[in-house]
Amino acid sequence: MKNFTHRNLLSMNDLSVEDISLILDTAESLKTISRRDIKKVPTLRGKSVVNFFYEPSTRTRTSFEIAAKRLSADTFSLSASGSSFVKGETLLDTGKNLQAMRPDLIVIRHSSSGAPHLLARSLDVSIINAGDGINEHPSQSLLDLYTIREKKGTLQGLQISIIGDIAHSRVARSDIIGLKKCGSKVTVCGPPTMIPMDIEDMGVDVVYDPREAVRGKDVVILLRIQLERQNKTLFPSLREYASFYGLNTDVMKNAKKDVIIMHPGPMNRGVEISSDVADGASSVILEQVENGVAVRMALLYLLIGGAKGGNVN
Amino acid sequence: MVTLIEGGRLVDPVNLTEERSDILIENGIILKIVPRSAVKIDNQARVIDASGKIVAPGLIDMHTHLREPGEEYKETIATGTRAASAGGFSAIACMPNTDPRNDCRSVTEFILKQAERAGSARVYPIGAISIGLKGECLTDFGDLREAGAVGVSDDGFPVENSELMRRAIEYSFHHGLIPISHCEDRSLSRGGVMHEGSVSTRVGLPGIPGCSEDIMVYREIALARLTGRPVHIAHVSTAASIELLRRAKDEGIPVTAETTPHYFTLTHSAVAGYNTAAKVNPPLKTPYDVEAVKKGLAEGVIDVIATDHAPHSYLEKDVEFDKAAFGMIGFQTALPLTLELVREGIMSMAEAVAKLSTNSARILGVPGGRLLEGKAADLTIIDPEHSYLFEDHLILSKSKNSPFIGMNLKGIAALTMVGGKIVWERAA
Repeated sequence: MKNFTHRNLLSMNDLSVEDISLILDTAESLKTISRRDIKKVPTLRGKSVVNFFYEPSTRTRTSFEIAAKRLSADTFSLSASGSSFVKGETLLDTGKNLQAMRPDLIVIRHSSSGAPHLLARSLDVSIINAGDGINEHPSQSLLDLYTIREKKGTLQGLQISIIGDIAHSRVARSDIIGLKKCGSKVTVCGPPTMIPMDIEDMGVDVVYDPREAVRGKDVVILLRIQLERQNKTLFPSLREYASFYGLNTDVMKNAKKDVIIMHPGPMNRGVEISSDVADGASSVILEQVENGVAVRMALLYLLIGGAKGGNVN
Repeated sequence: MVTLIEGGRLVDPVNLTEERSDILIENGIILKIVPRSAVKIDNQARVIDASGKIVAPGLIDMHTHLREPGEEYKETIATGTRAASAGGFSAIACMPNTDPRNDCRSVTEFILKQAERAGSARVYPIGAISIGLKGECLTDFGDLREAGAVGVSDDGFPVENSELMRRAIEYSFHHGLIPISHCEDRSLSRGGVMHEGSVSTRVGLPGIPGCSEDIMVYREIALARLTGRPVHIAHVSTAASIELLRRAKDEGIPVTAETTPHYFTLTHSAVAGYNTAAKVNPPLKTPYDVEAVKKGLAEGVIDVIATDHAPHSYLEKDVEFDKAAFGMIGFQTALPLTLELVREGIMSMAEAVAKLSTNSARILGVPGGRLLEGKAADLTIIDPEHSYLFEDHLILSKSKNSPFIGMNLKGIAALTMVGGKIVWERAA
């Protein structure tokens, strides 16, 4: 069995294709635990995991928490408002203080790109980047890869579109890196104000019309229009966004029959996705959420599970 | 006391010549410059052996931040001038973004007093253009000039109001102050932390478009054309603004410009890994811009190499990238990095010295920039062949925020003299 040698998960760039396969395979064997009556195994008993969320999050935080608990790790949660951050302590000092309490792993979400990298440089504890600024969200990308592989059998040679605010999306950046590594062909789509400069250098095609973006694709990933991130110049109005870039049944007429529709959540129904598409037959959005727990269990197991690359009971 | 500097190669940045000569100095003044061994001295004289070295007019850095008054934990005038002298600078001009701002006579006088106490490199204060650097009303230019300021600038807080900038250009000329503009359209740069391009997209950091600089460079050119008065453009970093400057100079518009070693040495790739030491404003650009900066230097479109020495402590730099302060120190790396251009054939040694000294003196209207009999003995002896690993223990500045730490450098200031007094001598 291959070894997983990483201490941290900061970026999809750090993972090889073999690493990704190992994570997804491990997730697959762990997924069944969540469907048992007794949803708990002793694998990480005695380990402690700190969820350190500088930014609000429901899904990712809960997902990590449940993942850790199903593996019997002890979990602790910190948010920006409840931490010394509001008292003016620097991120590094907060990190060093947390480390002094000897957790095994810190899951961090932060509004600054590169914040987990800063911690990883100075701390010995394992770090998982649970979203840093507009940079990356690798565990989301891995659960997306898992879901796609589960539905399509492979990632190799798939045609995949990502639609939305590509410039300010950490999901988009991690997905692009992960999908390209695994051999998928990626197209991004959004209004020109939301397509970052020189994105083609990441090996993606750019289109501006969602009909074109969905045509012939195996997978369409929608991004949340992050209302809290926008200044007022990126798009004129939600109504205009919904009519020109939103995914609705009309746009879906251009899609293949077996397309799957994904969304990292939380959705703005009626903006980037219409309700009938979100709840329709092609949507795998809730399966993503279920898979998220399995993928995070796999990450925790591989990073701090001790018997690296060993069997999972 | 008489001092003889013998055996060095003297660089004349005006005639663009280099020849072996000896320099005789008495009472802080250059007494004689004579061909080798033509001078007879008594045993009392101090002899400085400069063989194998370059003797240049003291280097002058027209763009620095000394942080005093107000942020003495980052740098003081004493530590800053000492680091400058170790970098070969016999004189430096310091920007007004201290706390309090240098927007009035008392702060200018304080800076000069502290510089005198430090007794190292000469210090030329740059006063603020607007009170409090707020971009609203002009400071008392005449008063600042009388107190000892040589220029005016709102540097890191660029004047947004074009009419105010126009008046600053018109009015400063009358008082013999050079207006210096940090060109940045803040409506375009706001929120950005690095150059907007392939790297910012890849590492997920908000970008600043290059044209944020270009737009304001063009505004200053237009104002210089309108008023017929000189403007100096600080730290030029883009190919497009260099092209604008080239055309303006061809047209005879009185505009001058500086760049800094980081803009001809580093690209935006230097921020990879969220390296806050490489976070600077204007941000590091593309290889294409770096080539344009070198060409601009070679062709004389860019007059000056300054450092924009901007010390910041760990408090400002050991933090999240977007929260980190802009700026890097530069005194002790400017000379070796400029000599790299000489070795690359971009410019001659004499041209390099012109950009590090003569042209800054001319633009600021201060003495120095040439080695002339009867003038103050401000000079720098350069060892162009000394190779070394640049490590933080070599840094004399109070702050260590340099992206060049760990780099192999070649060329160093062996000795720096201000008014005949040795303010820096490298241990052999």
